[in-house]
Amino acid sequence: MVTDKGVWSRLRLRLLFTGPTLFAFVAVMIVPFLYGIYLTFTNWDGISTTQSLVGFQNYGAVFKDAEFWKSFGLTLKYVLFTVVFINMLAFLLAYLLTKGLKGQSFFRAGFFLPNLLGGIVLGFIWQFIFNNVLVFLGQKMGIGLFSTSWLSDPNRAFWTLVIVAVWQYAGYMMVIYVAGLTGVPGDILEAASIDGANGWLKMTRMTIPLMVPSFIVCIFLSLQRGFMVYDVNLALTKGGPFKSTELVSMHVYQKAFLSRDYGVGQAEALVLFLIVAVITLLQVYFSKKMEVEA
Amino acid sequence: MQRFKKQTSWLTVIGLSVILFVFIVPFVLLLFNSVKANKDITSSPLTLPTSFVFSNYSIALDKMNYFHAFANSVIITLFSVLFISLFAAMTAHYFVRYDTKFNQYTFLLMVASMIIPFQAIMIPLVKIYGSLNMLNNKWALIFMYIGFGCSLAIFIYHGFVKSIPKELEEAAMIDGCTPTQTFFRIVFPVLMPTTATITILNVLWIWNDFLLPSLVLVDPLQRTLPLSTFNFYGTYTVDYGPLMASLVLSIFPVVIIYLFAQKYIIQGVMQGSVK
Repeated sequence: MVTDKGVWSRLRLRLLFTGPTLFAFVAVMIVPFLYGIYLTFTNWDGISTTQSLVGFQNYGAVFKDAEFWKSFGLTLKYVLFTVVFINMLAFLLAYLLTKGLKGQSFFRAGFFLPNLLGGIVLGFIWQFIFNNVLVFLGQKMGIGLFSTSWLSDPNRAFWTLVIVAVWQYAGYMMVIYVAGLTGVPGDILEAASIDGANGWLKMTRMTIPLMVPSFIVCIFLSLQRGFMVYDVNLALTKGGPFKSTELVSMHVYQKAFLSRDYGVGQAEALVLFLIVAVITLLQVYFSKKMEVEA
Repeated sequence: MQRFKKQTSWLTVIGLSVILFVFIVPFVLLLFNSVKANKDITSSPLTLPTSFVFSNYSIALDKMNYFHAFANSVIITLFSVLFISLFAAMTAHYFVRYDTKFNQYTFLLMVASMIIPFQAIMIPLVKIYGSLNMLNNKWALIFMYIGFGCSLAIFIYHGFVKSIPKELEEAAMIDGCTPTQTFFRIVFPVLMPTTATITILNVLWIWNDFLLPSLVLVDPLQRTLPLSTFNFYGTYTVDYGPLMASLVLSIFPVVIIYLFAQKYIIQGVMQGSVK
């Protein structure tokens, strides 16, 4: 397909076709990423125009920052529960909504609805639910569990984040599982039925192994979103009460932009990136190993 | 057996309806309470409104600077999505048809970069673009969305361009099309279904994005809808009526579009994930 029309016209073509994306990609992703690595070795305070190199001091500060590790541990716990619950509910919904029920596209559309809205709006809606509606119900009906707001209780506030995440993403992952389930060839399931396999056997021995690609995508997405969550966290709990729900993304934001500790904040962001990269790559690697051909 | 099947399917429908109810009830409560007086919201958040306080809406519209924020959101989303789709399709096409080592490595770098979280970039981003005096500008934000969005779009387009027969383009070239004309007359129209998928994924992301615009757009007049909702909710007194109204106002445009395009939106998400 390469026509020999001289170097200049080929260069012009290359610039036209790849120039805009490459320029934006380098200017927005690559340069800031590399500059970010440089920033971790400086003591920039956000105001002064100069900064000096401080070596690995910021990384030392990261390891001594107990709050960072606390919020990181909290995030791990959050990711664990959200990934498990989101995918269990999503798979269940997808399974029930691919059996040819009447109105299944109506149900799918309903479950997907929360994904159309931003985390800020979702966070505020649930703040109202947890602070007003559930407290009202709890007091009226004498349910002790709800009679005080979950958002003001350090132990329960964490679970509000998990509940909202499940509510938010189950519909999205459901859509991906629906695509996976409809891709499982019907004839092999039929053959298994004829051979006397029951529903459970068909599910665990045929359907789930054939759907490994869907599981990879969904777990990958829910892992990534779990580690990076910021807006729901901000709108729903603001990290409170007493920092009991400050997830790691919010901690990095606070460290850099509010405490003006940009070098340490950036170092924490990079540590976070490395840990998340390792976890997601391991997940993809091990799940790829489980893939089978139909 | 038949009867047993019917019964279980009824049970399924009932179970699903209960879950759906939990999914939808927050929105319904929001809508009810957005037209109530403050004291009715706190004393009976679960009932239908008895008297309608529509001033909640006028307060919210006014204090959120709603139409302005809405227009900002539309401009930013529209142009970002337009540029991402067009430029990413061109780049993906070029990468597939001119399969040089350099292009392969660039493509790999782009795919690999998708694992970098925004949090690892945001601090240097603010520093670089702040020192260039490019913050507070819609077009700078649109440029950033192109940079952040193009990798995934190129990745998805790349898969589809490969499935277009080369002969189609060669025929166009023989008929006298330049490579640019070939792309715009032949390739881009063929890529339409993929463009729809990419448009949907990017609209969902950019319309609702909060963190990036909150870092870039500082001036209140530049605010997008999520920013203005956040700001209004964060600073307004605990007068629940207007707060509920502000949430309904930010949900409203999306739900209207969803009612008409839900089939395409769900399909788009499905196709975007399978690749």
